Amino acid sequence: MAGVTAVELSCAELSVREVNAALRALADGTAVRIAEPRGRHNLAVGLSNRLDIRIAGNAGYFIGGLCDGPDIAVDGFVGWSVGENLSSGLVRVRGNASECAGASARGGLIVIEGDASSRAGISLKGGTIAVAGDAGHMSGFMAQAGTILIGGNAAGSLGDSLYEAVIYVGGKIASLGADARVEELTGDDVRRVGELAGAAGFAHLSPEDVTKVASARSLYRFDALKDQRY
Amino acid sequence: MCGVVGLRLKDPALHPVLGELVVPMLDVLASRGPDSTGVAIYRHDAGPGALKYSLSARAADYDWGRYLAALEARAGGVPVELRRRSRDAVLVAGLGAEHGPALLAGLDPTVRLFGYGAAMEVYKDVGPAGEVCARYGVAGMAGYQAIGHTRMATESAVTTEHSHPFASAADLALVHNGSFSNYASIRRELAADGVAFDTDNDSEVAARYIACEMAAGAGLADALRGVLKVFDGFFTLLVAAEQEFAVVRDSFACKPMVVAETPEYVAVASEYVALADLPGVEKARVFEPMPEEIYTWPG
Repeated sequence: MAGVTAVELSCAELSVREVNAALRALADGTAVRIAEPRGRHNLAVGLSNRLDIRIAGNAGYFIGGLCDGPDIAVDGFVGWSVGENLSSGLVRVRGNASECAGASARGGLIVIEGDASSRAGISLKGGTIAVAGDAGHMSGFMAQAGTILIGGNAAGSLGDSLYEAVIYVGGKIASLGADARVEELTGDDVRRVGELAGAAGFAHLSPEDVTKVASARSLYRFDALKDQRY
Repeated sequence: MCGVVGLRLKDPALHPVLGELVVPMLDVLASRGPDSTGVAIYRHDAGPGALKYSLSARAADYDWGRYLAALEARAGGVPVELRRRSRDAVLVAGLGAEHGPALLAGLDPTVRLFGYGAAMEVYKDVGPAGEVCARYGVAGMAGYQAIGHTRMATESAVTTEHSHPFASAADLALVHNGSFSNYASIRRELAADGVAFDTDNDSEVAARYIACEMAAGAGLADALRGVLKVFDGFFTLLVAAEQEFAVVRDSFACKPMVVAETPEYVAVASEYVALADLPGVEKARVFEPMPEEIYTWPG
């Protein structure tokens, strides 16, 4: 099956609703190519079957959002909120991403091979985001759990009002947001970054050279939940 | 919401199809702003020394012949040409940038002047993009640059005058997605300095502010830096001048913008879907402009 496209769906012929309905009806293991995405929003959302989806071009908002299973690759740019509320699976963007990449993702891996714009990983709830290039301002805003890896530079107010998510930055940090602080890199961190860079395919990153940003925990009190695992 | 689009053609081979490229961009974004549509088209076709005045009548059956006769009587022998565009018209005449607008305002107060310049023509009205563009024949217009707007009004009334672009100086046009919160204060300050306003629209205040800054010697980028300092609210602005094209977003960057750049053109739009039909866009560098950064494309 590998490398073989079993199904092709074209946005030139089908509405977004029809594309998503067709995807939902496919058997696990099917490889699908979505042709001529032409910036359409909401492609490949809300899927729980284990598909291998390739979107052949630039796409719009919410690509791969609310998914729990498929692996999705976009051969181009995506608009706002790629992989929003992702539960599991992979969303890989080969170009740049607009704002709010991986917003509220609960699981899975979102890889941006280019740059991510503002608020990448906003309100992250356990998912993992890996950006090869730079990330825009307010990335990691109010992120509750999960990991954000930024290979390039982070713009201003990184990790503002961060909860228990952790951010690793390969390049420079323009400024930290409220209650975010730089912490010392542990052996576990280096291992985690190494694994993540490997999974994302980032060869340009040295895991031992990243900067770790986490919450200073002065803005929130979760005493009642202190034994809870995040 | 509102949709903004802009296209600056670097490749002269594309100049004949400017309108053909821009109309679908606006049409796609009608969903972001269905109530009014406007476009500023830039092309040098006025002849040496002449400016183009984008005039808009209030009635579909306006007597442009009489208007032209009245103008000729007062133009002191300057040749004038009237190019009819549906209800509206573009007047081509060497009246001078200082003298022209005042002369036209005195000629018939019911005829609105939506902009003027050596290259710029402004067409705008209430109605969805497809309808407004078809009425003025925008698809058939050649040129080297265009900016356009599809409006979903939030701050002021839905009328032809309140539609974007707002053209506040020769060849200077602005389209705005967002809303300013402190525009009334800035408007009062500008009015106190003698600036006249056509509407109570918030975006017009930004257009007038930029024109004032530039009249005082600022370049377009400097004037936009002033906007970032002075204006509060949500904005993604696209501003065109005769030789330049600029984008700026507020510090929150809540109002979207996508840029696609190729060796042939720079195209910007609120959503990529508006750029999807441009030739060679699949090879373009596509990115979202950063907050509080001024992006300009000269030359």
